[in-house]
Amino acid sequence: MLLEVKDLHVYYGAIHALQGVSFDVKEGEIVTLIGANGAGKSTILRTISGLLRPRSGTVWFKDTNITHTPPEKIVQAGISHVPEGRKIFAPLTVRENLEMGAYLVNDKAEVQRMMERVFRSFPRLKERINQLGGTLSGGEQQMLATGRGIMNKPSLVLLDEPSMGLSPIMVEEIFRIIKEINESGTSILLVEQNAQMALSIAHRAYVLETGNITMSGTAQEIADNPRVKEAYLGV
Amino acid sequence: MDFLPTVLSLVKIVVVIAYLYGLLWVLGVRVGKKITIGKQSFDISILVNALGALVAFFVVQLALTDFNGFSLLNAFDAGLLYQACTMVMVALGLNLIYGFNGQFSLGQWGFYGIGAYAAADVTYRWTNGDSRGLVVLGSGVVIGMIILVLINKALSNLRRMPVLSSFTLYLIGALFAGFLAVNVGRWVAPFLDPYLGNALGPGPLAEGAALQVVYFLAVVFAGLFAAGISFLFGLPVLSLGSDYFGIATLGFSIVIYTLMVNSDTVLPFPEMKGGRGMIGIPKLTTWAWAFGFMLLVIIIMRNLIRSSTGRTILSVREDEIAARAMGVDVASTKLLAFVAGSLFAGLAGGVYAHYIGFLSPGAFDFLVGFNPLIIIVFGGLGSMTGTIVAAFGWIFFLEGSLRELLGKISTEAPSWRYVLYPLSLLLLMLVRPKGLLNTEWGFLKARLIPLRRTNAQQGGTNHE
Ligand SMILES: Nc1ncnc2c1ncn2[C@@H]1O[C@H](COP(=O)(O)OP(=O)(O)OP(=O)(O)O)[C@@H](O)[C@H]1O
Ligand SMILES: [Mg+2]
Repeated sequence: MLLEVKDLHVYYGAIHALQGVSFDVKEGEIVTLIGANGAGKSTILRTISGLLRPRSGTVWFKDTNITHTPPEKIVQAGISHVPEGRKIFAPLTVRENLEMGAYLVNDKAEVQRMMERVFRSFPRLKERINQLGGTLSGGEQQMLATGRGIMNKPSLVLLDEPSMGLSPIMVEEIFRIIKEINESGTSILLVEQNAQMALSIAHRAYVLETGNITMSGTAQEIADNPRVKEAYLGV
Repeated sequence: MDFLPTVLSLVKIVVVIAYLYGLLWVLGVRVGKKITIGKQSFDISILVNALGALVAFFVVQLALTDFNGFSLLNAFDAGLLYQACTMVMVALGLNLIYGFNGQFSLGQWGFYGIGAYAAADVTYRWTNGDSRGLVVLGSGVVIGMIILVLINKALSNLRRMPVLSSFTLYLIGALFAGFLAVNVGRWVAPFLDPYLGNALGPGPLAEGAALQVVYFLAVVFAGLFAAGISFLFGLPVLSLGSDYFGIATLGFSIVIYTLMVNSDTVLPFPEMKGGRGMIGIPKLTTWAWAFGFMLLVIIIMRNLIRSSTGRTILSVREDEIAARAMGVDVASTKLLAFVAGSLFAGLAGGVYAHYIGFLSPGAFDFLVGFNPLIIIVFGGLGSMTGTIVAAFGWIFFLEGSLRELLGKISTEAPSWRYVLYPLSLLLLMLVRPKGLLNTEWGFLKARLIPLRRTNAQQGGTNHE
């Protein structure tokens, strides 16, 4: 098991945001978490990457308990978090943003190799290598955020709403690349509003409702579920 | 009324800014030729830069030199120059903390004061036949750094210790270092003291070269001392978030001010004379020292900002969450910027104390402490060039031309400059909200030269 989350309880002050969440991600999988606004999807990702501390429950990564590991050690262990809303470093150039993604990689040649790989997936970033992050378009920023997320060769990438605010064509593009990244051997935990797209590339899926996981199964099973169809797929 | 002197002093400001431009340009010149000594090859640019800095130094030195009663710059101008140099150091430090790292601090002036009093105490005692100041401060700083590094090593092996617990450990370590240092002083000083002079007759070590060395050590140790205090203070307080941090640092400045006022009663330093002010500090600051220390701070600052650490500092300002998701240790990064900034302030304090020769707590009141803040906002948050130019411009305009001009109107009029400059700040914020200068000049613009260039890097590095 690559990632195993067991009975996670997370609070924001008095708000009980996660009420005993358990799920897992296996090596090589794309797993998606779908759920309405405020269900707690981002909270799950933040807890896994160490930005939030759970009240109780555990997070296991490659058979190590990382529940209380600081974020920088979690990054080092191989989990990369692409946060909601892109969070590009505006005054840094595209190149510098990507270098920040490889912050914990000391080998310069390795950084260069990873950057080449990002540019193969996102040729548009290469054209804009010296442009400031803040001046990129929304779609380009999402590309940069995603590219930055794989700069340190993670074994698991946590993607928080990569399609937010993108045009349909750009959404297709981003999802194609996510699939590509997965096929090159990186596991992915994907959080999405766009359930249809997410289910189309994922292997397995979980449905989250107000802090609880209410359904789980293969992406196909979830997509075929009448309740999911009604609530999230709009059919 | 005779306006010629005023016009001249305005010309002086233009000359000063041109001088700064030249200095930064010559420091940043890249020749691109290499010489080979043995097996190593060196870029000769660094020699050109050093030569340029020397020329820049001598130009002013020459202007300050008295030729048969005539000198281009008089003692008053020299004073302005020294003040400007110290202001550059303080303001650059604050810009590092606030402009580059995004932590709003009102404590910079307090660290400046700590540096000033610490350095002054060392040289004051030394010239009065007491070497304890130097020995205690020096050994305290060295022992303290060793202990703090050891504690840090030990703590990094532990998992997420709560901030307050680790702070307590560091505090105990620092107090222990202080205790050791006082005892080292008690043992070592008696061996040195007989060679020192006193107020009645200077000894061989209290004059000439030895005194210069002591001055240098005093300033450096004072800077490190201020940095150490900022480390202890920053550890628990930096985790509060920028707004609370600002308030806490304001409190810090007030505490430091109060301690200065009571330095002879609450603190065991009768020579500081509390609120009456410390007198008899040897005036050792020369243009060479002021320029040298300023250059040192500018070079450290630029190398820090243009290194990968600088990018980390910037990334924390931009977005703490994103920085943390990249694996940046946000708490340590903030601490680093805060400590480095306070180090600059401490150094500046040491230089200031030995220029003015008299320290009064009033000079370190927190209201005066807004000056560096105004300067960095004027020059542009996150602009090193802006800070340097604004510091020089501010001192030469406010303390130079404007004072002179208003002085011609009436004797009270010079106080009006404290009305005029907030107004000009407001005006600037309306016209240029990002500050006067939004670019960097020469040296400050250039990326660090990598020590060993790889082919892959060649294409990407920015020459300018
Ligand atoms: N910093 C915070 N303080 C207080 N409550 C918070 C905080 N962050 C999130 N919450 C609450 O926790 C719940 C879960 O939030 P979360 O951001 O995880 O939702 P989400 O599923 O990612 O939603 P969305 O799809 O809109 O991004 C929400 O009710 C939200 O209001
Ligand atoms: Mg969310």
